[in-house]
Amino acid sequence: MTAAFELVAERIHHRYGMLPVLEDVSFAIRQGEILAIVGPSGCGKSTLLGILGGLLQPASGAVAVRGTIPSDTLNPFTYIFQDFALLPWRTVAGNVRLPLEHQPLSRADRDSRVADALARTGLADFGHALPKQLSGGMRQRVGIARALVVKPAVLLMDEPFSALDAQTRDLLMDDFEAIWARENTTAAYVTHNLHEALRMADRIMILRRRPGSIREIVAVAIPRAERREDAARRDLARLHDQLWANIRQEAQIADREITDG
Amino acid sequence: MADMSIDNRAPAPVTFRGGGFDPVPRPWVAWLFFAAVLLLWQVGSAWGLIDSLFLPAPLRIAQSLYDLAASGDLLRHLGVSLMRIGAGWLIGTVAGVLVGGMIGLSWLWRSAGLPFISALFPIPKIALLPLLILWLGIGEASKVATIALGVFFPMAISTYAGVDNVQRNLIRMAQSFNLPVPSIVLNVVIPGMLPSVLSGCRISASIALILVVSAEMIGANVGIGAFLLTAGNLMQTDQLMAGIVAISILGLLIGALISWLERILLSWR
Repeated sequence: MTAAFELVAERIHHRYGMLPVLEDVSFAIRQGEILAIVGPSGCGKSTLLGILGGLLQPASGAVAVRGTIPSDTLNPFTYIFQDFALLPWRTVAGNVRLPLEHQPLSRADRDSRVADALARTGLADFGHALPKQLSGGMRQRVGIARALVVKPAVLLMDEPFSALDAQTRDLLMDDFEAIWARENTTAAYVTHNLHEALRMADRIMILRRRPGSIREIVAVAIPRAERREDAARRDLARLHDQLWANIRQEAQIADREITDG
Repeated sequence: MADMSIDNRAPAPVTFRGGGFDPVPRPWVAWLFFAAVLLLWQVGSAWGLIDSLFLPAPLRIAQSLYDLAASGDLLRHLGVSLMRIGAGWLIGTVAGVLVGGMIGLSWLWRSAGLPFISALFPIPKIALLPLLILWLGIGEASKVATIALGVFFPMAISTYAGVDNVQRNLIRMAQSFNLPVPSIVLNVVIPGMLPSVLSGCRISASIALILVVSAEMIGANVGIGAFLLTAGNLMQTDQLMAGIVAISILGLLIGALISWLERILLSWR
């Protein structure tokens, strides 16, 4: 398939005060691709995600779109947050409706988009519930529905499963896979968890410890639908060990730097 | 593994150690305690242990309260005080929330306003009444302004603290969906700061009550403060106590109103 657009990060540098956090990071995410960003704690993964979606201004370098973004998207670069970022005073439907309220849409159109997003995420019966009444997994589903309702061109996900227990995480990843398969999603996906990255991503970008720079970008050549089959698991385990060997050394040094600091 | 066997003695229960440190109030205790205090007070007065000139018996206070209510005097004084509280509280609250909101949202307002508020907040506002009388005259305006000033500072402080307490990730989320600034303020900041603002309302309502009584004691003929001062000067302690009970009931009613508002507006918590 020929990508209609790609999100390109060119020579990104960033620092917090005197502390450099990202150094000369350049890469591209093609339409329909899931790119996982992994690396040791503090290497600037979340900062990079913030820069990709325009929530942070890099010290130097730029993020640009090459090609044409689909015209039906209401918010091309849409985040899914680790802590869900739901408004506790709004119902599930109210949270999902929030990104549509300033858009030039009719009320009927808004309602229909919200209903559709809720249905696609299994929340059709929970529209009137408040976030406090939901489990962590269901709250993240609301975050996903809120992201889907604007038909994003690129999903930017900051450890979307890390606040969830292992069982919920597994179930939600199943749902994610199904949604991505249906919608040909493009995403950048920050995670600490290599298993998650190997299950979900088309390519995995490994960052060095702070200041984060790209150590390597590895393609996961096995189709996502086949990754849970026995034959694929062996290959994935081998890839996991290879990636972990690269990250482990960086993580050990980063850990010592933080401890000594 | 070493050979171990369990002897045949009766099992020893594990002692519960997790009790206490859980001070859940029982409402009936409060009522019982209140009734006991009133009863002791009444009995002490009846037996002559408490001088009724200095502290009248509860039943006498209740009789005075009833008489005041029946004659219309209580309503007249309370009505004027309530009008002053209402006007002063409204002006102080609107100004406090607006200024506190701007301090919470804008670096310029924060830089200029916060030191100003921190410097003026500790001044007892009743000390400004003579100055306000000079500026605004002895009429209603000076009393209302004193209350408004007293209300303004806690409302401004609780409002900017409320804005500070709005989770930054919610604001980032709203920005990530390109919500315009007014929409972020309306949908994220205002609901998020509401718990703190309502706490501020509780504090500022008490301050308003204190200030209206103080201001009326200094420069008014009508109002619950003026009534208390007159009753005290005439040694009508039963009426004085009746006035104090009326203020206490008013304070409880205002507190109940704010609690009701909290239940309605913060039901999401």
